[in-house]
Amino acid sequence: FQVGLLVSVKRFFLFLFEIRVKPDKSGVVTDGVKHSMNPFCEIAVEEAVKLKEKKLIKEVVAVSCGPQQAQETIRTALAMGADRGIHVQVAGKDYENLGPLQVSKIMAALAKKEEAQLVILGKQAIDDDCNQTGQMTAALLDWPQGTFASEVSFEGDKLKVVREIDGGLETITINTPAVVTADLRLNTPRYATLPNIMKAKKKKIAIMKPEDLGVDITSRVEVLRVDEPPQREAGVKVETVQDLVGKLKDSGLV
Amino acid sequence: CGKISRYIVVSRSHRCIRALQTRQTEHAVPQLYTALQRRACSSLSVPRITTHYTIHSRDKDPRWEGIEMERFADEADVVIVGGGPAGLSAAIRLKQLANEHEKELRVCLVEKASQIGAHTLSGACLEPSALNELFPDWKERGAPLNTEVTEDVFSILTEKHRIPVPMLPGLPMQNHGNYIVRLGNFVRWLGEQAEELGVELYPGYAASEVLFHEDGSVKGIATNDVGIAKDGSPKDVFERGMELHAKVTLFGEGCHGHLAKQLYKQFNLRENCEPQTYAIGLKELWMIDEKKWRPGRVEHSVGWPLNRNTYGGSFLYHLNEGEPLVALGFVIGLDYSNPYLSPFREFQRWKHHPFVAPTLEGGNRIAYGARALNEGGFQSIPKLTFPGGLLIGCSPGFMNVPKIKGTHTAMKSGMLAAEAIFPQVVAEELDSETAGLHIPEYAENLKNSWVWKELRAVRNIRPSFHNYFGLYGGMVYTGIFYWILRGKEPWTLKHCGTDADQLKPAKDCTPIDYPKPDGKISFDLLSSVALSGTNHEGDQPAHLTLRDDGVPVARNLGIYDGPEQRFCPAGVYEYVPLETGDGMRLQINAQNCVHCKTCDIKDPSQNINWVVPEGGGGPAYNGM
Repeated sequence: FQVGLLVSVKRFFLFLFEIRVKPDKSGVVTDGVKHSMNPFCEIAVEEAVKLKEKKLIKEVVAVSCGPQQAQETIRTALAMGADRGIHVQVAGKDYENLGPLQVSKIMAALAKKEEAQLVILGKQAIDDDCNQTGQMTAALLDWPQGTFASEVSFEGDKLKVVREIDGGLETITINTPAVVTADLRLNTPRYATLPNIMKAKKKKIAIMKPEDLGVDITSRVEVLRVDEPPQREAGVKVETVQDLVGKLKDSGLV
Repeated sequence: CGKISRYIVVSRSHRCIRALQTRQTEHAVPQLYTALQRRACSSLSVPRITTHYTIHSRDKDPRWEGIEMERFADEADVVIVGGGPAGLSAAIRLKQLANEHEKELRVCLVEKASQIGAHTLSGACLEPSALNELFPDWKERGAPLNTEVTEDVFSILTEKHRIPVPMLPGLPMQNHGNYIVRLGNFVRWLGEQAEELGVELYPGYAASEVLFHEDGSVKGIATNDVGIAKDGSPKDVFERGMELHAKVTLFGEGCHGHLAKQLYKQFNLRENCEPQTYAIGLKELWMIDEKKWRPGRVEHSVGWPLNRNTYGGSFLYHLNEGEPLVALGFVIGLDYSNPYLSPFREFQRWKHHPFVAPTLEGGNRIAYGARALNEGGFQSIPKLTFPGGLLIGCSPGFMNVPKIKGTHTAMKSGMLAAEAIFPQVVAEELDSETAGLHIPEYAENLKNSWVWKELRAVRNIRPSFHNYFGLYGGMVYTGIFYWILRGKEPWTLKHCGTDADQLKPAKDCTPIDYPKPDGKISFDLLSSVALSGTNHEGDQPAHLTLRDDGVPVARNLGIYDGPEQRFCPAGVYEYVPLETGDGMRLQINAQNCVHCKTCDIKDPSQNINWVVPEGGGGPAYNGM
């Protein structure tokens, strides 16, 4: 069963870095901060490459939307085993306003254009934690979705997905073409080793703009302000239970 | 022009094993057994700390049977280890020459940081001399030299007061014409220039092994293996590093590089020079109150909180990049003798001085980091070339200590290396006795350049501190012999031996009573380490390897009260009580490491061997 597969990758700060809010409160400082691929996107790429190695997938195409540096993220995906990349150029103010709705429109357009049978994304991005792009892409394409996947396998020409849900694990079978979003326990991503990075330089990355796909990326959301979380204040120790109840009453909690 | 070819490199490659064996035997401290021998012949149980394969070879390890150890190999013309000022300048100069002469040249540069500039830390006041030679049009190209020095202040601090010292023209610390830079940003800019010229940059890949030809000359390097678990066994994602072969390999690892350490032994490069001496530099970046901000102001101090026999001092630079940012830090010579001294806490304590604290009040600390730096200067420069390779930058060590500047000389050494090797690597016929090219012309060119003259003129200033009057004797010497006589005196003073040998036993020294951090100006160690952004993949063997796991408790703790707990600026080393109750053990928190190399330098037992962890790990400095 040979299908083509689109995997979407997003680039953001390395997850351990200390974030600083810009002095004008319009966003966070991005200058010079170490960027890398979103951890869930890495898992998505790994799953795509694994499916290709099992010969269930014909071709893996890695897609990223963003400025010039997004190509580094695509190269990492190529080094992990993707066959070719697509870079949808969005820069500057447009990139700051690029949200899940716009990205999912782009992904939907690309899925149709490339005649992909499977679209895999990370379940959410660590900058906005939206957890929306995969679901919106499925809706725009009117395709079934298997989100929070912790296991993916083919059963004939249907897809069996084990999903991690609040109550435990849910196993569903969906038709292809479909959208899958990767959760943490789906796999352990491989390292992008140096020989593969070197080979990845020879793989093609097609560059296009959202207009080429007929997608309008104007945002319907405006960020008014970004604030740091309030400083954690020291706790107060009380001697007796009566004191505790008294304090709770004073602060109107009881 | 690099062809990808598959070589089968047998894991029991003689040249790699030879290098490993040479290093291990020459480092074995005579009276101590290796951990393996000890387990066999003694019933004393020492908790196993080190699991790295450089100490416990994989050849006889049953967990590694059947694991594919073949390495992919690729050829370049020149391979450069280290993406700092020296390495990048060498790469840029090579490509400039290649373009001038219309020759093809494949230059590959490997760097252990995940991006170029992420492991760079320096004050820094940059003297633009080397940059003017490399890129005369650096301003148009947008080099981040935005802050010209406008004020230069030097003080001797006492506990509560300050004695101003006039900055007379001609004194080495005088900074007229220099720029305050965020060196990490400058290095990143150099990286961009290098990429534009066609240099292949590979950040995130650490050179972990030197490769040798059959005739003993250097063949290239191999990058680190990935996917080894904390206990030393292979994981599912295990993959061998890659080999990069070159006609000549440049080693620009910065101060106390781990591959350079091997090369010194392998090629006996240090037989005619003094041992290198070092200092540790700790640095913070602060966003201060705008009212206190004086862009272009450079402040240096000596004296308090150090006593007159401990070399060191502070710097505080006001940057001018649109926001009220200051870079400040403290440098302490690692030849200090009191094992109770904690460089980190001296730094924190200094910030409370009445001359310094007002600048920081109301401000916010946004970054922290630390790195060792060279102080040996002229007397400690080793032999620089060997068959197949050469050393550039702070690795051999070209820092001008009284000026506290090493970037311009590092860059120039890289450029001179490039100019010396270029004619030979592009030659149609390789004219060499050894398979790896030997380029002694580099050392000759360096001796004829301004780098040599500059270092020679200041060679006696640092050693002049080794007198009864310590700091004050040194300053008097500098005043007479450098300022007036320009370093032309015919004698050359010696250093006192290695830094590791300078520690006195704990019983002969008094513990220092450091004040508690107040959380506003001074801080504790762990919150500082968090600001460095350092991290490593947790499931890998600790890269701070011990030749003998028993030595830390027996010797370092027993005689010196565990100085590594105090000199490590990242809290890597901790002595914790044994679970059984009696006795202590050494705990190595390798994930905290900021790659400063101080432990490898200052360990009085010279038992700690810093090796490179998986590439991409380490601090995440942003414009430090």
